[in-house]
Amino acid sequence: MKQPVNKTLWLSSAFALLLPASAMADINMFARTTGDTCFACHGPNGKGVPGGSIPPIAGKDAGYLAQTMKDFRSGKRPSTIMQRHAKGYTDAEIETIAQYLSQIK
Amino acid sequence: MSIKFTRRNFIRTASVTAALPAGALLTSAHAMTSVQGTAQPHVVVIGGGFGGATCAKYLRRYDSNIRVTLIEPKKTYTTCPGSNWYLAGLTDFDSITHSYQALKDKHGINVVHEWVSGIDPAGKTVKLKNGETLQYDRLVVSPGIDFRWDTIEGYGPEDVDKVPHAWQAGPQTKLLYDQLRAMPNGGTYIICPPPNPFRCPPGPYERVSMVADYFKKHKPKSKIIILDAKDKFSKMPLFMQGWQDLYGDMIEWIGASDGGRIKSVDVASKTVTTAEGETFKADVLNVIPAQKAGKLAFDAGLTNESGWCPVHQNTFESTIHKGVYVIGDSSIAGKMPKSGHSANSQGKICAAAIAVDLNGWDMPRPKLANTCYSLVANDYGISVVAVYQFDGKVMNKVKGAGGVTPKGAAPSQYLAEATYARGWYKSITHDTWLG
Ligand SMILES: Cc1cc2nc3c(=O)[nH]c(=O)nc-3n(C[C@H](O)[C@H](O)[C@H](O)COP(=O)(O)OP(=O)(O)OC[C@H]3O[C@@H](n4cnc5c(N)ncnc54)[C@H](O)[C@@H]3O)c2cc1C
Ligand code: HEC
Repeated sequence: MKQPVNKTLWLSSAFALLLPASAMADINMFARTTGDTCFACHGPNGKGVPGGSIPPIAGKDAGYLAQTMKDFRSGKRPSTIMQRHAKGYTDAEIETIAQYLSQIK
Repeated sequence: MSIKFTRRNFIRTASVTAALPAGALLTSAHAMTSVQGTAQPHVVVIGGGFGGATCAKYLRRYDSNIRVTLIEPKKTYTTCPGSNWYLAGLTDFDSITHSYQALKDKHGINVVHEWVSGIDPAGKTVKLKNGETLQYDRLVVSPGIDFRWDTIEGYGPEDVDKVPHAWQAGPQTKLLYDQLRAMPNGGTYIICPPPNPFRCPPGPYERVSMVADYFKKHKPKSKIIILDAKDKFSKMPLFMQGWQDLYGDMIEWIGASDGGRIKSVDVASKTVTTAEGETFKADVLNVIPAQKAGKLAFDAGLTNESGWCPVHQNTFESTIHKGVYVIGDSSIAGKMPKSGHSANSQGKICAAAIAVDLNGWDMPRPKLANTCYSLVANDYGISVVAVYQFDGKVMNKVKGAGGVTPKGAAPSQYLAEATYARGWYKSITHDTWLG
């Protein structure tokens, strides 16, 4: 499938709330907008919700996040629902989303 | 109350900005360099449900220079998700009712509790019921659904106090709850699910499950009859399996081709007559009529012949009125179902599209997700998932992803999904209103 990853930087001032300026260079709009859809289940900013059952994903190591997504996708790591989600993303997409999520403070 | 950009309002907005971390102060510098539009563009969002509230919040996230006004008549919002759990007695009414405080205090959104009485897309104004007029640069409309009252003889908006639909959460949900509590053991609950497309495809069947859960514990001699306008429904094999395993012959489903399609309702006697002329008498009757876009969408000329709102499915901008965006249940969103999760995803994409448009950035082509969890019982959850992406024409499903909970899985899977269904509820309500 063609990569829809958009390399344009998104220098929205709102995002300065979350990331130090130095981190923004590597984050593209695809990762940010797609990564933000994960928050419906993983809580605002991916930080989970007090008393919630779905684990936080923000601020974790990018390598760990990407590998976990790939392992969900292949079934190596068992899941109830993440396999069905992870199958919707290519390696490149997973890596860029993982990078975005890892940088959320 | 003043909602125009008066000096008082400005001071309030400014003080919200001051309360934010230092990073937010970049806003004013950003405003100077903004090429298009006014120095501080004003986006009005109509409807504080899953779509509108999410969009308002993410507009501020993607560009804190945007001034956002959210218009919603209700002071608190009771979610449809979780309302079936409430019917079973698994959760209380307060736990599914949320305030707009965080959107005001934490995100600097001007929340106005009023009805919108009209939209003028040419003049870029919104008229409120109290007579005030608001000017906007971009408008987002997320008014939810309305019912096609002309589809069932004998059942109109004046009848919902006796025969609830409970398909818009709030007093209707409480009424159905009370009727189920008042029903004698051995009574019959009849539910009439609508034809496609409608809000929350698995919703009627989760409701059946939750009523069955309540009956099993408190009124075990009672019966449930589903008179369906369709021949199949969302997660059907999973629901059927769960019903058989948990509730035996308490539940009877009659599909459209088997005589389930209803033609008329006699509200006084709670009797339903099907297209084939058969009658069914209920103790508690729950009719969910066919649906269309929210009334405001019709009044504003945003609908087409289908009764829903056509949009450019990458941005959710109306194909009829430029500068007006329609999200959530009212929109025609390709393969996405009408759900709270879809509306939440669309709210984010729409917010991004507006920030992109106002700032001259490039629009990405993000992937969106939907998940509909349903409880079949307290400790028994199932789900359906899909990932979506704009394919150049419509919001299409990403091939190879998604699907439903496996049938015949170990009880631990269903238990885990019941736990995650509640986790989903907590997360999405925080993502939309509370966090
Ligand atoms: C029983 C049931 C269970 C459900 N369960 C789930 C679930 O588990 N998961 C899921 O994802 N979805 C679920 N849904 C679906 C979900 O509730 C809807 O899809 C979702 O609410 C759609 O969001 P929306 O923003 O389009 O509309 P809504 O959430 O209905 O919001 C519309 C808002 O607009 C306001 N409004 C309307 N007209 C005007 C006007 N003229 N002026 C100002 N404001 C106005 C209304 O007051 C309302 O608050 C369920 C639905 C039902 C009925
Ligand atoms: C429908 C809800 C839902 C959505 C949407 C969702 N997740 Fe998850 N996620 C879960 C659940 C539930 C788990 C626990 C594993 C399981 O049973 O599937 C999980 C677990 C994870 C984990 C493992 C966390 C850890 O450290 O153990 C990662 C990483 C993750 N998700 C990433 C993502 C990303 C990235 C997205 C968006 C592309 C996403 N999730 C979207 C529900 C969701």
